Amino acid sequence: MAVDTTGQSVAKAAGDHVARGRSRGTGKSRGAAKRSLSTHWYAWAMVAPVTVVIAVIIGYPLVRGIYLSLTDANERNVARSIGVNQIPATYEFVGLDNYTDALTGSQFLGTLGWTIVWTVSCVALTFALGLGLANILNRRIAGRSAYRLLLILPWAVPGFVSVFAWRFLYNQDNGLLNKVLAGGGIDAVPWLNDPTWAKLSVIATNVWLGVPFMMVALLGGLQSIPGELYEAAEMDGANPWQRFRHITMPGLRSVSTTVILLSTIWTFNMFPVIFLLTRGGPGEATQILVTQAYKFSFEVSPRDFAQSSTWGVLILVLLMVFAAFYQRVLRKQGEVW
Amino acid sequence: MVTTTTPTPQALNTPVRGRRSPLASVGLHVTLIVASVIAVFPVLWVLLTSLKPAKFATTTDFFKETTFENYTNLLNDTPFLTWFGNSLLVAGLTTVVGVFISATTGYAVSRFRFPGKRGLMWTLLVTQMFPVAVLIVPIYNIMASMGLLNQPAGLVITYLTIAVPFCAWMMKGFFDTIPREIDESGYVDGLTPFGTFWRLILPLAKPGIAVTAFYSFITAWGEVAYASAFMVGDENLTLAGGLQKFVNQYGAQWGPMSAASVLIAVPAALVFLFAQRHLVTGMSAGAVKG
Repeated sequence: MAVDTTGQSVAKAAGDHVARGRSRGTGKSRGAAKRSLSTHWYAWAMVAPVTVVIAVIIGYPLVRGIYLSLTDANERNVARSIGVNQIPATYEFVGLDNYTDALTGSQFLGTLGWTIVWTVSCVALTFALGLGLANILNRRIAGRSAYRLLLILPWAVPGFVSVFAWRFLYNQDNGLLNKVLAGGGIDAVPWLNDPTWAKLSVIATNVWLGVPFMMVALLGGLQSIPGELYEAAEMDGANPWQRFRHITMPGLRSVSTTVILLSTIWTFNMFPVIFLLTRGGPGEATQILVTQAYKFSFEVSPRDFAQSSTWGVLILVLLMVFAAFYQRVLRKQGEVW
Repeated sequence: MVTTTTPTPQALNTPVRGRRSPLASVGLHVTLIVASVIAVFPVLWVLLTSLKPAKFATTTDFFKETTFENYTNLLNDTPFLTWFGNSLLVAGLTTVVGVFISATTGYAVSRFRFPGKRGLMWTLLVTQMFPVAVLIVPIYNIMASMGLLNQPAGLVITYLTIAVPFCAWMMKGFFDTIPREIDESGYVDGLTPFGTFWRLILPLAKPGIAVTAFYSFITAWGEVAYASAFMVGDENLTLAGGLQKFVNQYGAQWGPMSAASVLIAVPAALVFLFAQRHLVTGMSAGAVKG
């Protein structure tokens, strides 16, 4: 689809001219570089700001994060200034020790296990509910826009506000959920204070937060499936289930692969829900990798920068492996992506 | 994929398309009503709580001595307005800068084929995966060494890294829906690619810009991790950090917290509901075209 910049107007004429003149006189590679620059500089200039932002604020910190993960840096040995005194850094390079510790210790693997459970259950539930609701909303039904508006509401409220609202509902002594249960004669449930209940509670909250996005994206996908397909299938005697299986699902393929990938990545890294609902507690029961890594940097004393960076790098590696694997599977199924 | 959870095709048992049995209709409506109640209730509950005096905050009565005292207390006795201003400043700057640079990038990626394009597209996707944990310490150090901790500018720069990759992705989807003939007519009239972008395409992409602006704003408005780590001291907090002051491990001040929640959520929700139609188009355009 994309048009080559060489095929365009001023850039083309000027570029070709300059390039030809150059390549006769001087070396070929220099001419090629020059030509490339003069034909593509519009495109490059337009992407430059983003490239700079990414390089400076993501690229450099990433490299530095990887370096820190290979050291024993913590709050006590990094460079810092106390008053006017500059204290130089005294941390040392320790190679892969942090990684060995993380991968052989039980803490990382335990947290990883829960993080995977959390991600898979959140994404599966969100997708299932989103798909179901999108299918209903895609029908002719009275009050459709009103329902849609109400169902989108959780998405409209800033995430941290919603999470506080849930914390309010979950409160063991005074929360509404337990008051309602008490009205039915049921004992108070320790929503956020018992490891198992806390896990269910954080998942429920995250699903509540995620369904609107899923629903809206899938609804968009459904609306792009031509109605004639369904009519033709009906003529051929396909039952509703067959129509869903053979028209709706294939029609949603590209949307659903994208939203599943995105929502997996987002959920894996979902910081605010865990941090604001339980702070990873009780104990470390609901701590996912991201919140634990944050805790190492900002909540324990002394702050353990090396450990935090190590976990961060491992998270990144896991996600990239997942994305690459996901893409390979899609490609095998003939998806152009 | 997940196929067992879609009650609708089975519910539609009638052979004639567009007609369904009354029972199926009732089923659909009940499902939607239950879902809507679950969606709305937590938000509504906070709104109702904010209108009750603090001593009734945790009772199940929906309306009890309706009062605005939570709001007046919040505005008079806490630094809420300062936090609000800080958030507004940070989110506003993020939006303006973010929209501009993601629009140019989206346009370049949509229209031109250039060396490095594939790599850039990949980078935009991969940066979505970057956990806050791997970047936060180095960025914290950079901001500290540049004296940008506790400064709105530091947060703005940080938020750009979150908002821009996704926004550029969405803008590309929007630009893809604008016919190329318009660009070509611009070139014929002697406009440069920048001129074409600025004068012809950008005005046509207004819905896309609205969506991108909205997304950047909401991202910055609702970010928690960086805001909690970078901003300290009551007068420097943004709303995400400020609201945490009302709920700590020792207890919660539900009155001011619920009032603050409403004041934070209402403007965001209004803007959102206004923008959501475009948002749907933008998301699905971006998603379908990849």
